[in-house]
Amino acid sequence: MRHLFCASVLALLPFSVHADLNVFACEPEWAALATEIGGEHVTAYSATTALQDPHYIQARPSLIAKVRNADLVICSGAQLEIGWLPALLQKANNPKVRPGAPGYFEASSYVLRLGATANVDRSQGDIHPQGNPHIQTNPHNVAAVAAALKKTMRELDAAQAETYESRYADFSKRWEDAIRVWEDKAAPLRGKRAITHHKSWVYLESWLGIVEAGNLEAVPGLPPTATHLSKLTTEFADHGADFIIRSPYQDSRPSQWLSERTGIPAVVLPLTVGGTDQATDLFGLYDDIIERLLGAIG
Amino acid sequence: MRVDFFKGAILALCIGFSGDLFAEDADIQTLRSELLELRSDYEARIADLERRLAIAEQNAMQANYAAQPAPAASAGSNTAFNPAIGVIFTGNVWNYARDPDGYAVQGFPYGGEAGPISEGLSLGETEIIMNANVDDKFTAWLTAAIAVEDGEAAVELEEAWVEATALPAGFGARFGRFFSKIGYLNGKHAHTWDFADQPLPYQAFLAGQLVDDGLQLRWLAPTDLYLELGGEALSGTNYPASGRGNSGVGSYSLFANLGGDVGTSSSWLAGVSILDATATERPSGDEDNPWLFTGDSRLLTAQFVWKWAPDGNWRDRNLVVQAEIMRRSEDGQYEGFGFAPERYDVDQYGWYAQAVYQPLPRWRVGGRIDALSTDNPGPVFDGSLLAAPDNDPTRYSIMADWANSEFSRLRLQYTRDDAGLLGDNQWGLQYIHAIGAHGAHAF
Repeated sequence: MRHLFCASVLALLPFSVHADLNVFACEPEWAALATEIGGEHVTAYSATTALQDPHYIQARPSLIAKVRNADLVICSGAQLEIGWLPALLQKANNPKVRPGAPGYFEASSYVLRLGATANVDRSQGDIHPQGNPHIQTNPHNVAAVAAALKKTMRELDAAQAETYESRYADFSKRWEDAIRVWEDKAAPLRGKRAITHHKSWVYLESWLGIVEAGNLEAVPGLPPTATHLSKLTTEFADHGADFIIRSPYQDSRPSQWLSERTGIPAVVLPLTVGGTDQATDLFGLYDDIIERLLGAIG
Repeated sequence: MRVDFFKGAILALCIGFSGDLFAEDADIQTLRSELLELRSDYEARIADLERRLAIAEQNAMQANYAAQPAPAASAGSNTAFNPAIGVIFTGNVWNYARDPDGYAVQGFPYGGEAGPISEGLSLGETEIIMNANVDDKFTAWLTAAIAVEDGEAAVELEEAWVEATALPAGFGARFGRFFSKIGYLNGKHAHTWDFADQPLPYQAFLAGQLVDDGLQLRWLAPTDLYLELGGEALSGTNYPASGRGNSGVGSYSLFANLGGDVGTSSSWLAGVSILDATATERPSGDEDNPWLFTGDSRLLTAQFVWKWAPDGNWRDRNLVVQAEIMRRSEDGQYEGFGFAPERYDVDQYGWYAQAVYQPLPRWRVGGRIDALSTDNPGPVFDGSLLAAPDNDPTRYSIMADWANSEFSRLRLQYTRDDAGLLGDNQWGLQYIHAIGAHGAHAF
């Protein structure tokens, strides 16, 4: 009787659909990348949306259930998810995706991270000693991660190795072509000066030759303060910068406040796939970032 | 560098030509404009070359880097081989209108460490937390609490557990000393509490928080809906058990938790649990002249937690609503205070409900109601602390806290206490600060 009860309860619960690879991505860009390489052979789930600050996510029961069933966990790493990912991994009882296992993939391990520092202290704010984790804002980084991810996916799902290889080759070619187009298009952005809400855009800046003139956050990770903002007003009066950049999940008030007082245009840039209506996939993400920046400088 | 040299050479060459061959004004004018044209053309080309060079350099760097073997995974651990170490500092200043030394709740003699926060200025527990993976199959955690008791610092082993991390099929196992997974608040470390003290049912039925030595087995269903089932066998040393009954396996628990999301903004967790404990001369009430209970204690708990944030973006604004209800059935005998052992068979209830809202980054406000109720244990206990109170013990609390970062918090709390023998207004200030490695917080 009891077995019958248990069986019927379990039958009522929605079991996850079987795919060759169940991918749990911490951020939408990695879910999009896994789908580019895996196509129909992967079911990619993103733990966060572009409207959520990936530093601050609750280790929700639904995410634990997703990690439990994952074959591959892809995260930015470099401590971006340190406030929630360890809790998911600890509770998910899934040895396949624990750090060190083949199913645990940290994207930032495969790129040259900017801003890594040996001497850190929390008085400097919420900084990442292993370097800036927002690596997805440079498409060359995405290319490097794609190559490594393809390798990992081949290892985890040998049956589909050929498919992953050919899909990767196709993606890689389209990506290289797109990078050339973006770089030509973005040429006028070279040397332009940006004020960013958080240090989320250092890879974009180094890619396109944009100068980071300042941050709205006085201390990384802590909300912008009135004192700091009024200091910026004086500093950037008379158009001392070309745009004020924030991500969709960041409070719009500080950048608008500064924009009104200095005349520097405030721009919302998608930090990842889904951040704007145009950023529907990885290609659309960069199309839209460049479009919006060019729009701001007229 | 080379580009700059090239640019300079071209310009020098152009300027040199101009001086030697032409002298007339009109020609100079023409030449000037040609020169300007040439210069801007070259500058554009040079800028383009510079840009291409920078990109090529970056690509080369990237290629080199990508070709290196991938470094070891790192997000789960803070250090290489040394355990991650963190220290949590807490302290309070608490004010009571009535002397908290004689604090007691009619019908519910407190056991263990339950009771009001020390009056005046006091240091809370200072916790030292260390954790690391043992190897590829085990991870271990230690929490040592340094508490000041009667002016002396004493180290208490709060948690010391090892967890198996490589079990198949969604199983997880923990052994050692740990917080039981019954209820919602029981597994929470004090520094993550939303109020400075535990609600009444936790104080009365679990002496604050149930921690014991034993074994815990959990299973997570392979479903998209979060379903966790588990159980524990515990030594039965700590309240509500006592005396390590059943040959040192004095308590058992079973628990089930269910959870999920509603849209992207809301998520929930619900659970039920049962704890069966054997008590042998379990002390409670007055420290010097305690009541002693011998018998069986069963605790049923049901809990529900709802968390909301606009678009699931937790940072700026969020709301947490939670409630738990407990029923304790005790069947056995009490003795003490000149009472010969007397039969005691009573059902008791406790519950709390609370809401905490963060209207803007750093600031939170919250309210909580907690209450208890009990059957009357019979006329033999009339006039004693075990007799049922005339009114159900109830408290109302409000709090506001400010967190400069996720590692520091200052809290102001006010409680109207109608649970103690005499009604009281209590308020206090608390600080909670963390240094070093800090583990991710559970839901």
